[in-house]
Amino acid sequence: MERRTTFPGQLLPILLVAPQLALTAVFFLWPAGQAIWFSTQRQDAFGLHTEFVGFENFNDLFTDPLYRDSITRTVFFCAAVAALAMGVALLLAVFADREIRGRTVYRTLLIWPYAVAPAVAAVLWLLVLHPQIGLLGRWLNRHGVDWDFRLRDGQAMGIVILASAWKQVSYDFIFFLAGLQAIPRSVVEAARIDGARAWRRFRTITLPLLAPTIFFLIVVNLVYAAFDTFGTIQALTQGGPGKATETLVVKVYRDGVVNLDLGSSSAQSVILMGAVVALTVLQFRVLGRRRAD
Amino acid sequence: MRTDWVAHAVLLIGVALFALPVWLVLAGSTQTADVIARGELSLIPDPAGLGVYADVLFHSGHGTSPVWRMLTVSFGMAVCIAVGKIVISVLSAYAVAFFRFPFRNLAFWTIFLTLMLPVEVRIIPTYSVMAGLGLINTFTGLTMPLIASATATLLFRQVFLAIPDELVEAARMDGAGPWRFLRDILLPVSAANVAALFVILFVYGWNQYLWPLLVATDPSLDTVVIGIVKMIGTETATEWNKVMATAVLALLPPVLIVVLMQRWFVKGLAEADK
Repeated sequence: MERRTTFPGQLLPILLVAPQLALTAVFFLWPAGQAIWFSTQRQDAFGLHTEFVGFENFNDLFTDPLYRDSITRTVFFCAAVAALAMGVALLLAVFADREIRGRTVYRTLLIWPYAVAPAVAAVLWLLVLHPQIGLLGRWLNRHGVDWDFRLRDGQAMGIVILASAWKQVSYDFIFFLAGLQAIPRSVVEAARIDGARAWRRFRTITLPLLAPTIFFLIVVNLVYAAFDTFGTIQALTQGGPGKATETLVVKVYRDGVVNLDLGSSSAQSVILMGAVVALTVLQFRVLGRRRAD
Repeated sequence: MRTDWVAHAVLLIGVALFALPVWLVLAGSTQTADVIARGELSLIPDPAGLGVYADVLFHSGHGTSPVWRMLTVSFGMAVCIAVGKIVISVLSAYAVAFFRFPFRNLAFWTIFLTLMLPVEVRIIPTYSVMAGLGLINTFTGLTMPLIASATATLLFRQVFLAIPDELVEAARMDGAGPWRFLRDILLPVSAANVAALFVILFVYGWNQYLWPLLVATDPSLDTVVIGIVKMIGTETATEWNKVMATAVLALLPPVLIVVLMQRWFVKGLAEADK
């Protein structure tokens, strides 16, 4: 879409976009270029000597069982977070859409967790599920569950999924509710008069009409689970015990910042960039929508 | 109207699921560290323990600054990022929507590219760029790189493209130059979008974790989100009531802003993501 009427002048608009472009070039394009460059380099153990190795870092990654485990783990984690958050959000949105007393109060009480930082959500759940001081953690231990998410892999994965999904429900709820409100009442009403029961109305009318919202939220939730949960995982488990909760982003951080393996970490960054580009293109091509940065 | 008990039950369970962890932490913060460490946490807050909030706000803990300081850094960071993103995006969206200039499309797509390059995927190279510019452990380093924003630019471009041509022509006929037009017509018309975006971006800035972790290792630049994660990291001899009080203080400001500006925020979120 273009405007018909515009202002004359060429210098002024260039000055207007200059700050945005400068920040983009310095803090986005330059580092991204460096990531691609570093990913083709290898340093010796002392960091004294660097050589060009082509695609060897990528080759090493894809033949490394640890990296492939990390991919599988990340896919499972993202799918679990997206499914849990969207399922709960849809259920709440369906009922919040009904004409009931106090609906605006319910809405307020259901959207505030949007504002909680992922890392702070993790701290909240840690304090609740801590095996010694957490109310729920102690309760589980008293009732025959050997609960300590800092020692057991499955429990660690469970708690990072729970804390990540908990924080995302509000966002999904807002979009599901908006999607439901956009469905004409008359359509649902007509089905009711035709004698369709509630579940059937939901399955055959509401759900298909919500499809664009659902697809949009799937992409957003996957991106959130893959990239924005670093703080959640870092606060709860630091990727442990062992590598039980080490997602791809946690691994980039561990290999790059903690283990200082520049080449491998950069190659992993480049792979992740590819994943984000693919998801963004999918979002725009298929859905024509974008996510907030 | 018949009361819809099922709806009330489901929604109440949802509300409780959200409120439960916060309530437990709020109640816990007012009890003594010993009681919490023994696991004898009560569900009722103890008014006598409220002093812990003054304590964490004004006294520094093990290796952490006092919480008022962290809150100040968080607040400064969130406001700078939100205002910076809005200013810079209004200007570039204005240029893209209302002018014809060489490389206009290239400029637009370059801005668009930033959507695909979140910090999370370029940790190390971004750090080395920051180090090269001498921005490690500076407030500028904490905020400036996060100010570029494709989302806000796309949103304002959308809003600006919807302004009727007649309005622009009338303004030009009355002799309004590009600056006058921006200040007196465009900005007032987009005020609701600006307000909505401010809420979203304030929350975004306040909640940053990976970025400050990378570029600000100096404790005087700790945001409250960084600070609280540091506090739980040193688990031996942790004063849990202080950790809980800090957690409450860390989530209160963004939650308040979202709740108070709910109307704009909900509308804005749907638009920003369209």
